[in-house]
Amino acid sequence: MSAVPTTVKPTDPRGSSREWPLRDRVALACCWIAGLSTCAVAFLIVGYLAFKGVQYLDPSLLTSRPSAETDQSRSGGFLDPIIGTVLLTVLGTLIAVPLALATALWLTEYGRPFWLARAVESGIEMIAGTPSIVLAIFGLLVFQQTVFGFLSFEAEGGSVFGRSFFTAAAMMSLIALPLLVGSIREGLQAVPRHVREASYALGKTKAATIRRVLMPAIRPSIGSGTVLGMGRIAGDTAIVVILLGGTLQLQGFGDVPLLSTLRGNGSTLTSYVYVNSPAGEGSAPEKAYAAAFVLLLICIGLNLLVTRLARQTSPASAR
Amino acid sequence: MTATEPHLRSATPPQVGTAPQSPPPPPPIRRIVVTREPTVADPPPPGAYGEAPGSRTRRRPSPPRTATEVVERMRTEDLRLFYGDNEAVKGVSLPVRRGEVLALIGPSGCGKTTLLRSLNRLTELTPGASRQGRILLDDQNIDELEVTTLRRRVSMVFQQPNPFPMSVFDNVAYALREQGSKRPRKAELQEPVELALERAGLLREVQDNLDHPALRLSGGQQQRLCIARSLAANPEVLLLDEPCSALDPRSTEVIEELIVRLRETVAVVIVTHNLQQAHRIGDKVGFMFLGDLVEHGDASQVFSSPREPRTAEYVSGAFG
Repeated sequence: MSAVPTTVKPTDPRGSSREWPLRDRVALACCWIAGLSTCAVAFLIVGYLAFKGVQYLDPSLLTSRPSAETDQSRSGGFLDPIIGTVLLTVLGTLIAVPLALATALWLTEYGRPFWLARAVESGIEMIAGTPSIVLAIFGLLVFQQTVFGFLSFEAEGGSVFGRSFFTAAAMMSLIALPLLVGSIREGLQAVPRHVREASYALGKTKAATIRRVLMPAIRPSIGSGTVLGMGRIAGDTAIVVILLGGTLQLQGFGDVPLLSTLRGNGSTLTSYVYVNSPAGEGSAPEKAYAAAFVLLLICIGLNLLVTRLARQTSPASAR
Repeated sequence: MTATEPHLRSATPPQVGTAPQSPPPPPPIRRIVVTREPTVADPPPPGAYGEAPGSRTRRRPSPPRTATEVVERMRTEDLRLFYGDNEAVKGVSLPVRRGEVLALIGPSGCGKTTLLRSLNRLTELTPGASRQGRILLDDQNIDELEVTTLRRRVSMVFQQPNPFPMSVFDNVAYALREQGSKRPRKAELQEPVELALERAGLLREVQDNLDHPALRLSGGQQQRLCIARSLAANPEVLLLDEPCSALDPRSTEVIEELIVRLRETVAVVIVTHNLQQAHRIGDKVGFMFLGDLVEHGDASQVFSSPREPRTAEYVSGAFG
């Protein structure tokens, strides 16, 4: 030590970890390793897919329709799966959002009798915990009933096919529902009680309070919940494989333009990847990689959107 | 010794040969970092808040104690309020008059806020709360009124400024519109909204920014907006639940001046923890203790010559 310093550096309030007992230092090291390796795995996945995807991704793949050919140069691209992903995601979200909004509002603002609210909560938790393939098989069972014939199409003998964009989207909405309900409930719970009371104190009814005070306050939570749910729907495979009919191309039933497509079958990027991967029947791993990369981009994009929406939430609902 | 242990260095005695110097400073105390901006109203331009320019230099004169015309608007008769089996307010009979400010004082948990909230039946929103005794608004039992009508006539401002997540204009317009509907249109509401903002002494500050989100206003402005919102529907009674406790002294002063001005047109009941505030703005003071209304009378009498020993102890600061 040369000279006594005239200024003393501010002390780190946490102290130096060098003085910690050995087991604490080991634990700290483990935390570092765990965090860093998670980071590394994420970058490996994205990096590998980006490498492979960019290598095989040809703009023509995005614009040409797939066809079942053994010759890979003629089997086309994945325009239909992209359209299928978009259709299914939008449709599933359109079903899930109003349902989740109503559920969350009832749970938070009414929630009586208490046992019923508890039952609804456990119901949502149960749906959240159900594997999507179970939901898919259950959906097939339900939508093959004659009453649901209008959602898909009926074969000549009168038996209902049960597989269509409608039926798949209905089950997909169940996947998004718990996320949405959770997000909206959080938003509602972040609104303090006295804000609601301020509205009642102006002589407003509960309905008016919900519509004009709570709805604007939870708009960001609805947004982030929706995007979160969309990510889940876009990424699910089991329901697509079982409930979307498994045709590569969009195949409509009926004459009304959009309705026929929605009643018909098709594929999404997830099922396209599954079918073309070495594990599936076709073996066109290059196309699988390219499609997987596009899917990854869509999901990462949705997640970034969630983060941005969540950041917007904080200042507005701070009170 | 390494540089990573600077906090140990302060304990090392100075080395021989170095110049004598002042003892090394002690380790710094952890600083409290305040991330939020303090809520401070801007210094008002001369002539703001309806006062004569230059009057800021002298102390605001205390409001005249003799109100213009005193008319009774509300009355509680042997009012008892319960949370479950716990009796929070024990048989209070109290008149509420226009033309004077009624200040309710007392230690925490004495039932002031509960009493206040019962006056427009907000207590009914609390699960487990129940009520006995009558509350009259212009000699009519408030239970016979539609609850939304009652709350339009008896409005309330809360402790925390709580503007709704919409524009300044819409916050006030919300009170004027029928329930959730968007009618009447903005143009028709411009005048009443500005009138309400004017009455709350906020119009000058927000005139050009009526479309801005209300949550961007300062704390004091937000609270005045809440008062404007309550005034918009022309209530007959205004209930204020510690309206200044979350505000800085400057905003508090503005709101106190406002309350004193309002008593001419509205019957005002204010709950406050702040004895000085009760003294400054209250014409009548009610002292509550453990659910009882211990003393009720003119502010000057309650503060200078209280009849009850408990009141005397409380206003002299012996407990509270």
